[in-house]
Amino acid sequence: MIIEPRPSVSVLRAGLAPVWAILAALALCAVLIFWTGTSIPTAYFLLFKGAFGSAFAINETLTRSIPLIFTGLAVAVAFRAKFYNIGAEGQLYAGALAATYFGTGMITLPPVLMIPFLMIVGALAGGALLIVPVLLKTRMKVDEVVTTLLLNFVVLLLVSYLIEGPWKDPMSLGWPQAAAVIDEGVLPPLLAKGRLHLGLVIALAASVLIWAMMRFSVLGYEIRAVGYNAGAAEFSGINVSRTVIITALISGGLAGMAGVSETAGLKGYLTLDLSPGFGYTGIAVAMLAQLNPLGVIPAAIFLSAVYVGSDAMSRAINIPTYIADVLVGVSVLAVLCSVMLSQYRVRWRT
Amino acid sequence: MPVLEFSGVTKRFGTLTANDSVSLTLEQGEVLALLGENGAGKTTLMNILFGHYQADEGTIFVDGKPLPPGSTQAAIKAGVGMVHQHFTLAGNLTVLENITLGTESLWSWRQETRTAREKLADMARDYGLAVDPDAQVSELSVGERQRVEILKALYRNARILILDEPTAVLTPQESEGLFAILKSLTAKGLAVVFISHKLHEILAVSDRIAVLRRGAIVGTLATKDADRAQIAEMMVGRAVTLPRLTPMEPGAAMLEIEGLSTTGGGASALRNIDLTIRAHEIVGIAGVAGNGQRILADVLSGLKGDFAGSVRLHGKSLAAGRPRAIVASGVGRIPEDRHARGMVGDMEVWENLISEDIRSREVSRWGLIIDRKRATARAERQIAEFDVRCEGPDAETKLLSGGNMQKLILARALSREPSFILANQPVRGLDEGAIAYVQNRLLEARQRGAAILLISEDLDELMALCDRIAVMSHGKLSEALPTGARTIAEIGLMMAGQDGDRQAA
Amino acid sequence: MSDLFEILLTAGFWAATIRIVSPLIFGTLGELICERAGVLNLGIEGIMTVGAMSGWMWVYQGGGLWGGVLFAAAMGALFGLLHAAFTVQLGLSQHVTGIGITLFASALSYFVYRMLLPLATTPPKIEPFDEVAIPGLSDLPIIGEALFNQSPLTYLALLAVPVVWYVLHRTPLGLAVRMAGENPVAVEAQGINVLAVRTGAVVVGSALMAVGGAFITMSWFDAFYFGMINGRGWICVALVIFASWQPGKALAGAFIFAGLEALQVRAQVLAGGFIPYQFFLMLPYIMSILAMIVMARKTKYPQALLVPFRRGERV
Repeated sequence: MIIEPRPSVSVLRAGLAPVWAILAALALCAVLIFWTGTSIPTAYFLLFKGAFGSAFAINETLTRSIPLIFTGLAVAVAFRAKFYNIGAEGQLYAGALAATYFGTGMITLPPVLMIPFLMIVGALAGGALLIVPVLLKTRMKVDEVVTTLLLNFVVLLLVSYLIEGPWKDPMSLGWPQAAAVIDEGVLPPLLAKGRLHLGLVIALAASVLIWAMMRFSVLGYEIRAVGYNAGAAEFSGINVSRTVIITALISGGLAGMAGVSETAGLKGYLTLDLSPGFGYTGIAVAMLAQLNPLGVIPAAIFLSAVYVGSDAMSRAINIPTYIADVLVGVSVLAVLCSVMLSQYRVRWRT
Repeated sequence: MPVLEFSGVTKRFGTLTANDSVSLTLEQGEVLALLGENGAGKTTLMNILFGHYQADEGTIFVDGKPLPPGSTQAAIKAGVGMVHQHFTLAGNLTVLENITLGTESLWSWRQETRTAREKLADMARDYGLAVDPDAQVSELSVGERQRVEILKALYRNARILILDEPTAVLTPQESEGLFAILKSLTAKGLAVVFISHKLHEILAVSDRIAVLRRGAIVGTLATKDADRAQIAEMMVGRAVTLPRLTPMEPGAAMLEIEGLSTTGGGASALRNIDLTIRAHEIVGIAGVAGNGQRILADVLSGLKGDFAGSVRLHGKSLAAGRPRAIVASGVGRIPEDRHARGMVGDMEVWENLISEDIRSREVSRWGLIIDRKRATARAERQIAEFDVRCEGPDAETKLLSGGNMQKLILARALSREPSFILANQPVRGLDEGAIAYVQNRLLEARQRGAAILLISEDLDELMALCDRIAVMSHGKLSEALPTGARTIAEIGLMMAGQDGDRQAA
Repeated sequence: MSDLFEILLTAGFWAATIRIVSPLIFGTLGELICERAGVLNLGIEGIMTVGAMSGWMWVYQGGGLWGGVLFAAAMGALFGLLHAAFTVQLGLSQHVTGIGITLFASALSYFVYRMLLPLATTPPKIEPFDEVAIPGLSDLPIIGEALFNQSPLTYLALLAVPVVWYVLHRTPLGLAVRMAGENPVAVEAQGINVLAVRTGAVVVGSALMAVGGAFITMSWFDAFYFGMINGRGWICVALVIFASWQPGKALAGAFIFAGLEALQVRAQVLAGGFIPYQFFLMLPYIMSILAMIVMARKTKYPQALLVPFRRGERV
């Protein structure tokens, strides 16, 4: 088997790669649906209906996409610099911890200031969590994948300790959860009905901002150069370590904002099930988006629809909700393949 | 009957024909030199023989029997051994492990190390190729590594030995040693294919010469009938004119290095280096790779900031460790490795052209936002001035040919008319046309008044281009004497770490 | 302090250590084999989950215990093959592929578990491996019971260490594997198919990881829970670095690690009043990070780790 680069890759071919990946993932999951005994079209129809079939469903899908946009951006930025941050889950909780610490009465500001304040402290907390892994990587070449992964577990245990111990809300009737974020800090709902909140606007703004940064700014240029070829970047005078550290802080910050948005927007308070793995799903979002910050938006909405739709589907017919997680996993692998096939040609002979 | 015969071998990569119907024979006991410039298709041809590639047309015969295509295993079994240009050794493993890899069945439950040792000892005695079987390869010198490569082939009973540019990394004396080994091998009946683009070596070592140009054999002749100019012309397709230095009076000192030392890095750490280069002057540094040239280049290009001693550029202290400040102070840098250091292949041409001064007012606003319009306009001017063949500033850099990529690097480094130029292996791997272009650009810069430091492993190149030459060995730099003050042999001895100056005196 | 010391003298501590160490040995050896061949396998967490689920499910559906171990190994090998197809044959990013495999394999395990047991609220248990006492040695005080009266899978784990060492360092195949991780071009130049060697290493390594997962459901908890691997795979990845890619050091590292974790569980009881249990639970992860820091500067990485090899590519 011989793999050779295509002389040129058309924009269309590159843009279609994630679409092929999604189709392949849906086809593979159809095998599992077939196994459950449900007709495949019915199942996918129910999934689609559950995600987009009503105003309520669309509202839920968009709500659920908010944290995925943030974590998808976090991963997209980091992977661009070849900094493999797999710790968005932990950074999300770090952001949620900051929102809880500052947002439950310690400081009271008018909403126009309180909400940005919470977002900033959440971002700082998320970024701070990456300081150790990124310094270990730049100073001692310790692989960041393992350190960021391991920190996820540490942070979750810290959250568990805090909401069972010192931060436990006495009003919660014994449930391990923290006190609610004060009214000034709550992200207001966007619509009269449904749970959709201001977080969506912030997430969309963040996508555009990060896109512009990557495309037009000197910093974005340096992040890309470091990711593509650190040796050449260093030679041209880019401080590679510093660039990776800044990238990590931005990445952690974005993931931290996901935590703030979930705490202050959706739930209102911190619990241990704040995130059902948004940090990990963010990897799938970023890969489907081909690390493009604007592409993160449709990718996040798609995967959110998969989750919301499969909840509805499994309520209606006998298919475990884990089908959604399978789809996420498969689509990460499928997009790797399809992107490669868009850039390379595979021949079976020399 | 020839031991090896290529019959009408053709290999295409897309639209490029790397080998065009090549027919060639090799007799027992002879050294055949395969000569051609970079990109002529020498390595491709040998990779087909060795099964790394499959030919599109044609057959290879060993001892009259056709060799199954695309199988390294079959080539080895037929008695073909290859010493690659880039050694195929694992530094973290021992010599014995490197040599015995692949010689025993993979499903054998133990290694026959004792027999292997005995066989190795025998070979060391027979061919004069002594090397410690238990040494880690990473601890060996380049010459010793090459010996391991040859042993690797002989260990598998090779009767046809292919050497791909074997002298590129050796001192002249080490090369002489290699030639002696080859003589003893052919005396024992081996046949050798010696691939090179260095004329004087080929004349020294071969019995017969085959010249390859643009993938096709343009002629074969017996070495004793060959004449240097004639072969050179066959190789390039036209009469070759070496660049000529016009004598010039050197001007003010541009680069002054005093007592430069670095720590760590073993043989490549710099030890108390002194060097002054003046305007209108090209100073060359000769030496075997790994003796400190890279560290010196890193210091001068700003990649390495921690050193002792002083480095001054037109009287002012070098902005140590700050590449952009160094560039801004009038230094042009041509890195050793185009792909690893020079260019970001996945970025566009205009993006690579602004990489050294991206925060300057010329191409960005407040050092934060890229001014694409001005950057593209400047890139267009540079592309035109340096004759870079590409679709325009928006072309993807990795699609450029090696020569055009090097022109792009020249455009970035030279278009600001730097007063000091660091050129580290500037023509390595380029074809004749691109080589001439690069060398003429450097000569123009000298004419204009720049001081140039040229680091090269190719003594011929240094002899042709430099006003003065210094030799680097084990991190020490000899005095830079005018070209011609030392013979090639003297320089060779100094490259090997012996003090040639004292011996000559 | 003396209380802590006393823990070391209890049989319970040693038994716990042995239990904790067994899956770590399998996982670490499996990862080590992959990385020696030049492939970082971050699918380990998911592959251990697959092993845990499939081994358990085999027995739950009426199969034999050893059949379950084999089935788990085969499932692990299958996911290893998928990993190798992506990273070795196609040369795709080992980081992203590994994470993708982990997401996919874990989710698929849970899906299959739910499909076959849609109504189970408390995870059903199986009859696990019986302990096998080694005559004579098992009568030693304190450690006898703990070390020499164990699940046969534990003995298998301990046996796997010298076997893996021998194969890697004393056979032609092991040499080819190590060379593939150091300089794949050299392997190809000697007429050995690098892609086959690397694929084989990833498949075998993944099978070992899956057996490590199977240990957890077949010799420890006797049931399959969601999230039961709980980062053990990542800890194995850290242990491989800590062990400088040496099987013997991997065993030592796994023991130190398991010992500290067993100690921690017992110290929790002692310190339960004033140190919250979560901090004890954090220790394994923090220790793993520390282990990587300690070894970071000293180790010799396999030179071609993370570097894909493409045949016929112009070098």
